[in-house]
Amino acid sequence: MSDAKPKNNRVAPPSFLRRYGSQLGIIGVGLVMWLGFVIAAPTVFMNTFIYVAFAQTTPQFGIIALALTFVVITGEIDLSFPSIMALGTAIFCLAVTHGLAWPFALVLGLLTGAACGWVNGILVSWLNIPSLVITIGTSFLFRGLELVIMNGTGVPLTAEMYPGLHALLRESYFGVPVQTLWMLALLGVTWLLLNRTRFGAHVFLVGDNPTSARLMGIDAVSVKTRAFMLTGVIGVFAGLMTSVYGYYFWPTTGDGFLLNTIASVFLGGTSVFGGTGSVIGSFVASYIIGAINAGIVSAGINAFYTQLCFGLVIVISVVLQTIIDRKIRRQSITGR
Amino acid sequence: MAEASPRPGETPVIELRNVSKTFGEVRSLSDINFAVYPGEIVGLLGDNGAGKSTLVKTVMGFHKPDAGGDVFFKGEKIDDWSVARARGLGIETVYQERALCEKQPIWRNMFMGREPRTAWGLLDVKKMREESARLMSEHMGFTSAAVHPDNVVTTMSGGEKQGVAITRALYFDAQLVILDEPTMGLSLTETKKTLDFVSNIKKAGKSAIFIDHNIFHVYPVVDRLYVLDRGKVAGVYDKSEISMEELIDRLYRVARTGTLE
Repeated sequence: MSDAKPKNNRVAPPSFLRRYGSQLGIIGVGLVMWLGFVIAAPTVFMNTFIYVAFAQTTPQFGIIALALTFVVITGEIDLSFPSIMALGTAIFCLAVTHGLAWPFALVLGLLTGAACGWVNGILVSWLNIPSLVITIGTSFLFRGLELVIMNGTGVPLTAEMYPGLHALLRESYFGVPVQTLWMLALLGVTWLLLNRTRFGAHVFLVGDNPTSARLMGIDAVSVKTRAFMLTGVIGVFAGLMTSVYGYYFWPTTGDGFLLNTIASVFLGGTSVFGGTGSVIGSFVASYIIGAINAGIVSAGINAFYTQLCFGLVIVISVVLQTIIDRKIRRQSITGR
Repeated sequence: MAEASPRPGETPVIELRNVSKTFGEVRSLSDINFAVYPGEIVGLLGDNGAGKSTLVKTVMGFHKPDAGGDVFFKGEKIDDWSVARARGLGIETVYQERALCEKQPIWRNMFMGREPRTAWGLLDVKKMREESARLMSEHMGFTSAAVHPDNVVTTMSGGEKQGVAITRALYFDAQLVILDEPTMGLSLTETKKTLDFVSNIKKAGKSAIFIDHNIFHVYPVVDRLYVLDRGKVAGVYDKSEISMEELIDRLYRVARTGTLE
């Protein structure tokens, strides 16, 4: 490093690239992919229909990715959120079929999500059990509970029955599907939470070095538990959004969400080692993952290629991110 | 080993009475009586494994004493002693392991666990950045082009990291500053700067606990000395009672035989 000292002795900030490198990278990947789709299928991708379609479906897992980002930054993982989606939505359905007004049932469902998150958080942070292991266990637990209380049956959620719920979770406003409006609103909320509150600051510190954080008086148990609870609550909200989108609550709700969501968080540049990450990254990455799905089919490529394409985009992006990050830190490519 | 108060009539800032600490089957501290009075600098000496760091972490509320031991702050017995409580009452520590989060920028480390908020309850990031920059140039003497409040700690040298840890402890107007081996791994000039810091604490009328392996660092700045050995207080000396040569002699003896006499 041969940087000369500035004349007035003022210290230089780290470069823009260093601070926002991985976020810029992911946005770049998104743009390149979009251009690829436009070139491959201009008639489809110059039309708004395709964008409406994936603006409706992407937030169904994308909003969970925003919340899961917090858990991953604390150095943990939650594999049980698909089951929490189903359990919370099941509680909602039970409540409305027993005559409770839907807004109260919604609160009840979200509280179920908070309770599930609390269980995860306490087991992980207070009892110090690796989250990778215990959330597999709670995943079966929550799913099993949901199947037992619903007796494996579904519940219709049509617009005629619940016009208010559909206005909240399925309509479009000013031509934008409300799902994406929710995604934008939750991006704002989670960004503020992560970057402008003490809770968010402690999420970074606990994920970076839990011992240091504790030595400085930060309650790591509380921080991690709140991160899991956030994922639980937003998970249930996503479960409802998904069910209302299909006019029906299926007992299998949440199946197929696990890998998409986790891939969005990691593709968005949040480190599996904890301590670094961004909700903006997860936001953009969610839409990239959502676009692959819609894009492959619309571009006239056989749908069997979807997973192959997912795999290529995720593996290549994560490898590039890692290498760029090490280059910026002036390490070797292997980091050793 | 209970003894008469070195300052009759005065209340210690912090006092431990009959404090023991057991980890599983290992007894790290046994029946410790320890006090720091206002405006004094207390040195803590002892070999590796004597229990110095455990004692410091008990004073800080990181370790909870075994049943039967009590922590007093300004004469008041405190049962729910915790790090947050201790820091709230004005006790700050520069830990041996520095307690930094190395992937985070300096400003996040500087205000760790103490983040200032605006009237709206949101983090005052602007203030944290500006204050960090000010503290770094005024107190730590950083002029290097590589150090900016947004720099992550992992890019800094050992001395610079220690500078962050020390400035953090002094910034919050602490009444008692604990320095656990602050000169470890520092260059000569950095060490001198750190020792000046310790002297300044006394000038400002505050108290400090100073732990260091190097008796030539400890002796000149302290008022009183505790010698720890195998988890027990082996001796307490006023600096006026003992010369450095005698002290060194006794430390050798305690390491060999376990007694000072």
